Amino acid sequence: MTPAVPDRLERAYREERAAVLATVARRLGDLALAEDAVQEAFAAAATRWPVDGVPDRPGAWLTTTAWRKALDVRRRESRTYPTDQVLDSPAPAADEVPGSLDDVLALVLACCHPALAADAQVALTLRHVAGLGVREIAAAFLVTEATMAKRLVRARTKLREAAVRFSVPEGVDLVERLAEVHAVVYLIFSEGYLASGDGPAVRLDLCEEAVWLARQVRRLVPEDRESAGLLALVLLQSARSAARSAGGGLVPYAEQDPRQWDAARVDEARAVLATTAGDPPGPYQLQAAIALLHATAAAPDRVDWVRVSRLYAALARLDPSPAVQVNRAVAVGRADGPAAGLALLRPLLDEARLAGWPPLLAAHADLLERARDPGAATAWRRAAAAAPAGPQRENLRRRAGAG
Amino acid sequence: MKYLLLLANAPDAWDEPATDGPVADDGVAADWAAYTDALRSAGVLVDGAALHAPSNATSVRVRDGRRLLTDGPFTETKEHLIGYYVIDVADLDTALSWAARVPNVRTGTVEVRPLVAGSEVTAAAGPDRAP
Repeated sequence: MTPAVPDRLERAYREERAAVLATVARRLGDLALAEDAVQEAFAAAATRWPVDGVPDRPGAWLTTTAWRKALDVRRRESRTYPTDQVLDSPAPAADEVPGSLDDVLALVLACCHPALAADAQVALTLRHVAGLGVREIAAAFLVTEATMAKRLVRARTKLREAAVRFSVPEGVDLVERLAEVHAVVYLIFSEGYLASGDGPAVRLDLCEEAVWLARQVRRLVPEDRESAGLLALVLLQSARSAARSAGGGLVPYAEQDPRQWDAARVDEARAVLATTAGDPPGPYQLQAAIALLHATAAAPDRVDWVRVSRLYAALARLDPSPAVQVNRAVAVGRADGPAAGLALLRPLLDEARLAGWPPLLAAHADLLERARDPGAATAWRRAAAAAPAGPQRENLRRRAGAG
Repeated sequence: MKYLLLLANAPDAWDEPATDGPVADDGVAADWAAYTDALRSAGVLVDGAALHAPSNATSVRVRDGRRLLTDGPFTETKEHLIGYYVIDVADLDTALSWAARVPNVRTGTVEVRPLVAGSEVTAAAGPDRAP
């Protein structure tokens, strides 16, 4: 056995798996069958390549092998489906496989189809685009393997039976579908980034999968500015992962050690974001620009809050969600003084549906403390009581003691 | 690929029915005619009808050999069926964009359900496995 073979196989797996699957799935219109065939093709490669040598074009070999295996299955089933058009379609030509970027984009769009629920979109994307195993995905989302397997089967069945086509729409339709993809990737990132239950404060694996996915999306649609914005955003947020989880807790931004930030990722994000300059920015570009100002500040207490608060104002116009408005109030509180921040927060504090929402209470306490308001300590305690048990609540308790 | 578009609206669409005839809910009649014409001229219309108000529905069950009748629709939901279309289009995305143009979609809901291929029956002929 050549020692290089397992390495080559692993690289082919990561780099070409999605492309091989996309080509086969698009021609079959059946993700489940395509996935099985691609797995069989990789299994065949594991036995054949060490003996026969690695083919010149591993992706092409894998695609034709997977295609043949899928056709075998279809032929066996042809008694059930007597008019199977796939059986008459030509095999993928060796010089055009694995598929074009268009095939991979069609696969990503199908996995993130808006007719699927968010948990199904996330599961399909991690399984079929990122190539993770069912067990790994189940563990990351704290559900049993059987539950995750069922979720995947149900989603793939819907794609097939409702006839979702593996295709790439044009113009505004593509922009809408890409927004769906961005939301799925960011959801995966957030799931990894946010402390959840009593698990570790930062689940790095899902964050890295999301960064990998964001890189793929950016590669597939290099002209799409929001895809660039999303990649820059997850790069910047992941650049602070180590500093954020230092000591096993959850270190707030203001207390992080900038030397622990990943400078290479910050530089990459800056370069990616620079390609989007000159156009009216979308929400991911704005969030990335805000994160960049945080990541490039000389120290956490030297952020350019005036620019940050302007970016939040632009973001709030596109996305007036409570989370954005709270962050905007905090930024304005630092740029223009706590009174200005409190004024922005007041309407949110009056909203019944936001009563007891921890981020709002924490922002309120922070602004009161900056205003040297005697109510600050009580406000911190209220925020701590509302926060879920874990590192976040510990941080808020600490502030209550200090305030 | 055939899809059933099930059209549903909140019951207040029938608070004061203008006539005893087929229900024309919130949309202007002309909107429905224009939509149906659009389906027809695109060559995708298979079938369709409006339904009388759910207060005119009778639900039938047979239990232990006894026929039980209930006044009203089979489910108590916030929205009631007001009509349906069957369309024949290439894929789900095409079906969804037709669904987004149904006149009641701005106030009610359109459920898009794929038909099982080969299961349709007509008065003329049909497969044995029909429901």
